[in-house]
Amino acid sequence: MSVARSLTQFRAFAHVGTTEAMAYRAEAFVWLLSGTMPLIMIAFFGAVTRDGPIGRYSTTSVVAYFLATFVVRNLTASRISWQVNLEIRDGTLGGRLLLPVHPLVAYAAESLGAMPVRVLGSATMALVMLAVLASGSLSHDPFIWLLWSVSVVLAWLLSLFVSVTIGALAFFVDSSAKLMDAWLAGLFVFSGYLIPVDLFPPRLRAVVDWLPFRYQLGLPAELMVGAHDELHALLLVGRQLGFVVAGAVITLLVWRRGLARFAAHGG
Amino acid sequence: MQRYATLFLAQLRLSFVASAQYRFEFFVDGAIEVLWTSTALAPLLVVYGLRTSVAGWSFGEALIVVGFFTLLQALLEGVMNPSFVAVVEHVRKGTLDYLLLLPADAQFMISTGRFHLWRSVNVLTALGIFVVAFHDLGRMPSLTSVALGCTLFAAAAVLLHAIWTLAMCSVFFAVKTDNITDVLSATLDGSRWPSSVFRGATRLVLTFVIPLGLMTTVPAEALLGKFDVRMLAASMAEAVLLSAIARFVWTRSLARYTSASS
Repeated sequence: MSVARSLTQFRAFAHVGTTEAMAYRAEAFVWLLSGTMPLIMIAFFGAVTRDGPIGRYSTTSVVAYFLATFVVRNLTASRISWQVNLEIRDGTLGGRLLLPVHPLVAYAAESLGAMPVRVLGSATMALVMLAVLASGSLSHDPFIWLLWSVSVVLAWLLSLFVSVTIGALAFFVDSSAKLMDAWLAGLFVFSGYLIPVDLFPPRLRAVVDWLPFRYQLGLPAELMVGAHDELHALLLVGRQLGFVVAGAVITLLVWRRGLARFAAHGG
Repeated sequence: MQRYATLFLAQLRLSFVASAQYRFEFFVDGAIEVLWTSTALAPLLVVYGLRTSVAGWSFGEALIVVGFFTLLQALLEGVMNPSFVAVVEHVRKGTLDYLLLLPADAQFMISTGRFHLWRSVNVLTALGIFVVAFHDLGRMPSLTSVALGCTLFAAAAVLLHAIWTLAMCSVFFAVKTDNITDVLSATLDGSRWPSSVFRGATRLVLTFVIPLGLMTTVPAEALLGKFDVRMLAASMAEAVLLSAIARFVWTRSLARYTSASS
């Protein structure tokens, strides 16, 4: 299969994602309203830093950090697991399997295509707030911003792999949607979404460093606010790449094993 | 009144029978609920590891707020949001007609239409949080404080139900509103911290527009023995006022409903 053909297919699926997201644009607005946890955390940590900085965070840098998590979450969150789960359970995956493109590529293209509509409003709002309220707390190092752009893509890929893998567990168990709920609870606590990871006690932090959650969300936010020097940032993005590769391998394994068990309509 | 109590028990029994079919799921869901409570506790544990007081609240005191938040969340996610989803289905399919024809108040039947009983795990979690909180504070609440705390929490539940009803009425005006349950949950998230952490315009909105402070902070203060008669009056008044508004909007919205057969 030529590269040009693959690209055309990818674009076609991305277009499907964009069109679906456009059709339910009010839903995108609701998602925006329901993703306001970082703003609540700004209020909480704002109250904490009123009496002086906590760790390396002053009131301004706490605002910058949580707005950064808001931007990163909007850019990288993947909700594809519900769709994968549904398609496996109701058999519509059968139709998808007949298409001349790997379902994982189609899922990736659709979620990428839906992104502009979903994140345009939220990311713009948060970026404006960042620029107005806390631009001084953002990193001024071009190399860090280069790493940030790589890290956001890796975080998106990792979230996609986690989402597809958990969705694909529907091949084996009935309640894969609940596993996603459990994963999300872990993501909220250990990724830096609710608490910057450098405030964790040292022992817990050592564990969090080797869990995938931080690399799905916290790391790009930390890079935005200049929490790491260049060398350490490079090391962390390298580790993130390791998680992405592991995620890809696990996703493919689960998908292949699961597909062998799949019996669609008439299958 | 007795008739509605019997109806309530009947609706509850139906939900129990439905969920008893999936016993394994019941326990899995319960365990996930406990995991989600950790999202409210983790920031407190980390911050109070480094500080002794935040916005005038000690660790034990802030835990009481989280306890009330967990209880309210159990109500919203266990009783109100499942019923919301049921209403959306009824309106889309046109089966709301059957509910309206029943010889009982439709708003009551809708509000008690579906329960997710595993959320009741949250009630036990909240009780556990209260025990830990008072252990940390090194004292027990007085009986009067407990009575006042319960009364104010009941007012909070009525308030939440009124806000939920207002949101639910949107189903008569828009097609795809299922996700409003997520917005309600996200709004309630603001009540997981004592209201004094909020400042400026946010505080005004959260006191008068969406009275989150009345929902968790005020019952917590009562349980801690910091009783304020003005707060009791404000909570009661707000609960009655918002419920009246919700009832009015519900009646008007229902008038717009064109049934499946008309």
